[in-house]
Amino acid sequence: MIDIIQQYWRPLLYTDGYTMTGVAMTLWLLVISCLIGFCLAVPLAVARNARNPFIRLPVWTYVFVFTGTPLYVQLLIIYTGIYSLSIVQHTSFLNAFFRQGIDCTLLAFALNTGAYTTQIFAGAMRDMAFGEIEAARAIGMSGFTLYRRIIIPSSLRRALPLYSNEVILMLHSTTLAFTATVPDILKVANDANSATYEPFWSFGIAGVLYACISFTLIFTFRRAEHRFLAFLRR
Amino acid sequence: MKKLLAAGALAVMMLGLTGTGPAHAKAFTELKFGVDATYPPFESLSPSGEFVGFDMDMGRAICAYLKVKCVFVSQTFSGIIPALQARKFDAILSSMSKTPEREKAISFSTQMYDEPTSLIAKKGSGIAATVDSLKGKTVGVEAGTIQESYANAYWKPAGVKVVSYPGQDQVYADLLTGRLDASLQDSVEADYGFLKTPKGADYALVANITDDPKDVLGSYVAIGVRKNETALLAKIDEAIAALHKDGTYDKLQSKYFNFNIYQTSAN
Repeated sequence: MIDIIQQYWRPLLYTDGYTMTGVAMTLWLLVISCLIGFCLAVPLAVARNARNPFIRLPVWTYVFVFTGTPLYVQLLIIYTGIYSLSIVQHTSFLNAFFRQGIDCTLLAFALNTGAYTTQIFAGAMRDMAFGEIEAARAIGMSGFTLYRRIIIPSSLRRALPLYSNEVILMLHSTTLAFTATVPDILKVANDANSATYEPFWSFGIAGVLYACISFTLIFTFRRAEHRFLAFLRR
Repeated sequence: MKKLLAAGALAVMMLGLTGTGPAHAKAFTELKFGVDATYPPFESLSPSGEFVGFDMDMGRAICAYLKVKCVFVSQTFSGIIPALQARKFDAILSSMSKTPEREKAISFSTQMYDEPTSLIAKKGSGIAATVDSLKGKTVGVEAGTIQESYANAYWKPAGVKVVSYPGQDQVYADLLTGRLDASLQDSVEADYGFLKTPKGADYALVANITDDPKDVLGSYVAIGVRKNETALLAKIDEAIAALHKDGTYDKLQSKYFNFNIYQTSAN
């Protein structure tokens, strides 16, 4: 075990001397995909609850496709499938984007977590207490203002516990990244395993690293819930 | 909590047991080979899911000679030695080259065959197998192979982008899409598994790799077994020798190759 830590602590934490690897890469994947996913999810959740079917149905389809298929398959389609299309290869900006494994991975992860987050936020918006909306309408808020001041802030707060689960699950999903040649924690653990032939310690150390990140995330979210959901505490 | 501790202790004990248990407690009735079946013409899966290739035929012939049942177990190459140590199978039959580094962990049989490592690239790409030519280019390798060690040891420090893949088939997939400028693997595998297939028509051998002062590439390809299993190793060696003697080796070899893949000088 000491050997593995001595030999692999640098790639496990941040770099193999050439590219970002290990914990740094895993966190990068997690943060960027969750950020993009969040930014996608807020407007899409509003659209998901729209009365107009032309707005509602496309979002429903997006959520259905990305929550109904395995992330691994999505990653394979985006990484291997899309890049093999000649139209992608012959459009210079698409070519530049899809050429990089990291871009494909971030895209797949962001779209996937975006779909789940949309579902979570849309559910929270539907569960708004009607009295709050009625009260807002009574003092003359409507449409955009109603969403901006009342529905979105309140539903995001209420969605926090569910959303924290989604982020933790996303952390666990980042282990798929090596499929697209992205060197995350698990890839380095695999390297350590194939070099030292000590699977228990190689993967054990990776497990501890993931557990530390999970714990930090859970702790942060609990603090946030304590603060933002104070009005629900009894 | 106590139950949990007990279960944990039991698990640790079992780990200890499997690690140090007797080599062949039960009678020798079957031989389990660990195989990374992404490496035609040596080992691959047929569309119906059968293990096919030269190594597989050799494995079956070895089992037939030893009068034991042959079992093939799929395993990615990067985890194949740990899986052998963990007793998922008895021997590695997967185009594995004997290298000083690997010999620290496992023992190797006598030669199965010998072939150089070679670099392939698109026809007319102008790539040469030198650091200067490859600088800034992207080269694909399969994780856990000697080719990965080679590229990481000599080329990566000199500014070549070396990308590791979970399987050799994915290396070719990305060579075809153009993500990779070149790929590094066994020469015969490259030739029969890719260059001679319709997909590989636009690609060609750049060069065989000969410059290896650190001996990363090792010598010939052999079957790997756990260190303490000298009896099994002796049986496998005996079987390989017998297959050479009775002509089975030549027969199987001619089924796949039109040249001799056995190098008498390498032994």
